[in-house]
Amino acid sequence: MSAFLRLDGLVKRFKRALAVDHVSLTLERGELLALLGPSGSGKTTTLRLLAGFETPDEGRVLIEGDDVTGIAPVSRRFGMVFQHYALFPHLDVRANVAFGLESLGVRGADLDRRVDRALALVDLEGYGLRRIGQLSGGQQQRVALARALAPEPRVLLLDEPLSNLDPTLRERTRREIRDVIRRVGITTMLVTHEQDEAFELGDRVAVMREGRLEQVGTPDELYGAPVNAFVGGFVGRSSTAEVAVLGPTARGVRIALEGVEWDVEGVPGRPLPPPGRALMLIRPEALRITAREPGAVLATITGRRFVGPSAIFTARTDGGAMLEVVAPPQAVPAGAQVGLMPSRRVGGGVHLFPMDGE
Amino acid sequence: MTATPRSRLLVVVLLAGLVWLVAYPLVLVLLEGLRETSGWTLRYVRLFLERPTEWQALWGSLWISVASVVLAGAIGIPLAFLFARYDLPGGRVLGGLVALPVVLPPLVGVLAFLFLYGETGFVSLLVQRLLGLSEPPWRLQGAAAILLVHAYSMYVYFYLFVRAALQSLDASLYEAAASLGAGRWRTFRRVVLPQLYPALGGAAVLTFMAALASFSAPYIFGGGFRVMPTQIVATRLNGEDRLAMVETLSLTLVALVALWLFRGARRVESATGGRKGEGPSRIPVRRRSLRIALAVVGWGLAATLLLPHLTLLLVSFVPLGTWTIEPVPPAYTLRNYLTLVQDPVRARPLLNSLWLATVATLAAVGIALAGALVSARRRMPGSRALEALLALPWAVPGTVFAIALATAFSVRAPWTGRLILVGTPWILPLAYLVRNLPITSRAILGGVRGLDPSLDEAAATLGAGPGRTLRRITLPLLRPALLAGASLAFVTAFGDFVTSIMLYTYDTRPISLEILSSLRQSDVGVAAAYGVILMLVSAAVFALGAERGGAG
Repeated sequence: MSAFLRLDGLVKRFKRALAVDHVSLTLERGELLALLGPSGSGKTTTLRLLAGFETPDEGRVLIEGDDVTGIAPVSRRFGMVFQHYALFPHLDVRANVAFGLESLGVRGADLDRRVDRALALVDLEGYGLRRIGQLSGGQQQRVALARALAPEPRVLLLDEPLSNLDPTLRERTRREIRDVIRRVGITTMLVTHEQDEAFELGDRVAVMREGRLEQVGTPDELYGAPVNAFVGGFVGRSSTAEVAVLGPTARGVRIALEGVEWDVEGVPGRPLPPPGRALMLIRPEALRITAREPGAVLATITGRRFVGPSAIFTARTDGGAMLEVVAPPQAVPAGAQVGLMPSRRVGGGVHLFPMDGE
Repeated sequence: MTATPRSRLLVVVLLAGLVWLVAYPLVLVLLEGLRETSGWTLRYVRLFLERPTEWQALWGSLWISVASVVLAGAIGIPLAFLFARYDLPGGRVLGGLVALPVVLPPLVGVLAFLFLYGETGFVSLLVQRLLGLSEPPWRLQGAAAILLVHAYSMYVYFYLFVRAALQSLDASLYEAAASLGAGRWRTFRRVVLPQLYPALGGAAVLTFMAALASFSAPYIFGGGFRVMPTQIVATRLNGEDRLAMVETLSLTLVALVALWLFRGARRVESATGGRKGEGPSRIPVRRRSLRIALAVVGWGLAATLLLPHLTLLLVSFVPLGTWTIEPVPPAYTLRNYLTLVQDPVRARPLLNSLWLATVATLAAVGIALAGALVSARRRMPGSRALEALLALPWAVPGTVFAIALATAFSVRAPWTGRLILVGTPWILPLAYLVRNLPITSRAILGGVRGLDPSLDEAAATLGAGPGRTLRRITLPLLRPALLAGASLAFVTAFGDFVTSIMLYTYDTRPISLEILSSLRQSDVGVAAAYGVILMLVSAAVFALGAERGGAG
């Protein structure tokens, strides 16, 4: 099956800066892809290239094999939910939702029926005559979604849809958005800088940095097998330290951290790092706190953060590396002299990358 | 913040002062028309109703004002779209130049038009020569001449209001409309235009009120065509004072009815407040031929708009009596400017205007600041009345206020609050002050409302008393608003003609009246030199106000 939506080598320059640097992506029909990256990574520009608000300097946008690169946003039939919603303040909810349908020439009873259906989809029946200013932020968000979906676009684009909501509302709205999109089954591209959002909403997640696509994959793939330290660090909690790779073992490699040797499992499908210096990225759950015993890296506990039923401790090794460790909240007091060892329970969680600039 | 005894006292003092200065003279003049020495009478009202000339003047005022709104809109709105939405070659410079008619005080604009399109104006003579006519191709007189000047000086309201509204529209509104399949025309009609209604309404009100109150253009160009403000002055010159009061009443009523009809336009400020997201970027014009055409049109337009300014400058170098029938003056000199400095009689009006405008501006800023601080910062009885009194002079044409002050302060009756100020140097600054209160307090009130009240509270928690908070926190933050308010007040007072002509004395004659008398003596060079000075000072003061305003 060929891709439903295809971004083919998109390049966009602003003045001298390369905002989007040869981005290629494919989306299957009905798939939800989350574009994740820090601000300035080019993710919003990529979305706007898709919507047609920007014209790429190179590359194409294809939908079901049709090249729509040069087609104006007006006739592209891509629905979009804007970061600030961009609801028309002088029109009521109904008129906002009807706007796109009217563009298609839908009139009369058919129009009413389809507006009602869109409002029902986002649970806003009975809100049709409200003015935009009378709605809460979450309701405005849903009106924006209903407005974008009402004309039954081919693709739905969401630009940081939750960034204007307060945190308590965010989680609920996230679920609502996911349910609506699943129910409609529309192919969707979402832009966000929140990892939680990307992981919960996206079937696949594409991580961007400085205009380039770093890695595309399912949340599990990104977390379990990041291609570089940036993706590993951007996705989930982790800490890094410089290590020496000593050589291969039966299931992975042997490394040395501050003179202490650990065996590390390899990641399936990834080549083992060659011997020499490497950057270790380690998840907090891949470490455990022990006594200062042989095989443990010596460290001092410097801080503690509660995360649900457990806590994440920050430890400074005697060699100066800052590492995070998961443990029960009462495990050790601050300032304790401890040892750190790889956790026996969890396989993986340790990733080795070439040092920057090498 | 709540009311303190001190702020209560301030409200009472301000209210009393404003009632005495603003409301009382108006009530007096409106009542005078219904009275004579023996008691109440409707004689003058009947006289007014019976004279066809009165009806003609009232009708003239009305239709001229409506036509001015239409014309100003027809010029200003397309220009606003052009410069706000499209990225034109030299667009930034042009966009600024287009607003330049603002720096011409009404009388100076009229003067420039006279030099350009009058019987012996440059353009008139040029056309006459080109076509080989024996007479000038047109006469700059009557309603058409008035409308020409109004259109030129008033389209700026539409231009500035609509441009600001367009620039404050969230860019994603356009994109949302496009992504919902709306084409350019539908986006304009359904999305953009409705958001412009407040700006259009605001500009229409301003233009209507300015045209209704306009005095300079009808006074110089009217000829047999009368509008109410010139009619009032003529009636007073005939000695029919009480009839003039009835005319004043009629003009006030027209103004109030117009404001009532346009009351929806009051929402201008609230509509432009809720800005989110980024302003729309300008649409680049790519096609080469179109770019060139637009550049030619744009710069041609700018040249036309700047013609009055340049003409004034040119004529100001013409020596007395040397320019008669030539299309271009034959000789040039700096004498006109030197005279203004060296001849004490000529220098006097300059100094007069300077000190009169300065005093009026300082007083207006002081009163407006005090009023804004107590009414916007503290909820207390009387603050709404205070704001209404500060805004009231705006609703009343300048001629009406001049007559009101002339009536109230020409009688010595201290127990009824009436003094003799007419004929003293104090009546003019007082009149300027009253006329400036609305614009000044509007600017300053806006600034005060924009301040975060928690800044005051923060200062208080840091141990700053009211005086220190005002000096260290409030005033520095209000600087842009204060400068904007002051510059508007100063420019208006410095160029004032309509109130001055009724209240000036020989010793306090301001520049505008000296321009008029120079013109009457055919000393066009000196008249133009005064005009250039008015123009340059206005421009400099505006630039100062805008620059500081922009920085804040």
